[in-house]
Amino acid sequence: MKIKLLYFGRPADRLKVTHELLDLSTANFSTEAATLADLLAWLRLRGAAWEQELAEQKIRCAINQEFSNLNEKIKDGDEVAIFSPISGG
Amino acid sequence: MRVSIQQQDFDLSAELAALHGNAGQVGALVSFVGLVRDFSDSGAIENIYLEHYSGMTEKALHKIIDEATSRWQLINVRVIHRVGLLLPSEQIVLVATTAQHRAAAFAACEYIIDYLKTAAPFWKREQTSNATHWLETRDSDEQRTARWENKTA
Repeated sequence: MKIKLLYFGRPADRLKVTHELLDLSTANFSTEAATLADLLAWLRLRGAAWEQELAEQKIRCAINQEFSNLNEKIKDGDEVAIFSPISGG
Repeated sequence: MRVSIQQQDFDLSAELAALHGNAGQVGALVSFVGLVRDFSDSGAIENIYLEHYSGMTEKALHKIIDEATSRWQLINVRVIHRVGLLLPSEQIVLVATTAQHRAAAFAACEYIIDYLKTAAPFWKREQTSNATHWLETRDSDEQRTARWENKTA
């Protein structure tokens, strides 16, 4: 399962990453019925900064450019965005 | 019904003249301009940095405008939102509406800026003399948006 991952706001700034392409089939990740929450949990294993910045209460997500709850499922080819709560205007 | 997301500043009077377009049926033109303040809860502001999600942000703004045009009889709408590095007193955002009568133009302008704050993906980082701080959706903005859920006009 390949996904495009985008980061905005605080996590992009703090983790120094704006985008990456992930092949989750080859990663140590269970792609069966995987949700955004599962993806975040897997990303948090990357280290202390990830664990801190991607804590569920700090993060909002979108799948294919629609705001999505963390219990929504991700699938092959999705564009997933991870960001801090929005603050425009 | 035009949306622009851009780094460069905008000329307010030129934008309003273009929106009006000397259309004879326009009886009301309402505009809101958001500006960079020089202070916040974290102290004196040196600058702010704004980013957006190219594609999703434009879609979200068009959806808000579509909802406004279904609620009120509008003739035209213009939204400009700047991104990148901005200094205190600079213009951040323009929402302008035209209608035959002022009630629709006022209400729709307020509706669009309220939803822009809570439903359009933008992120704002404040720089003070010694720290940077990412702002988050304010409860007061969420409450302003929520007021519209129970109103029909």
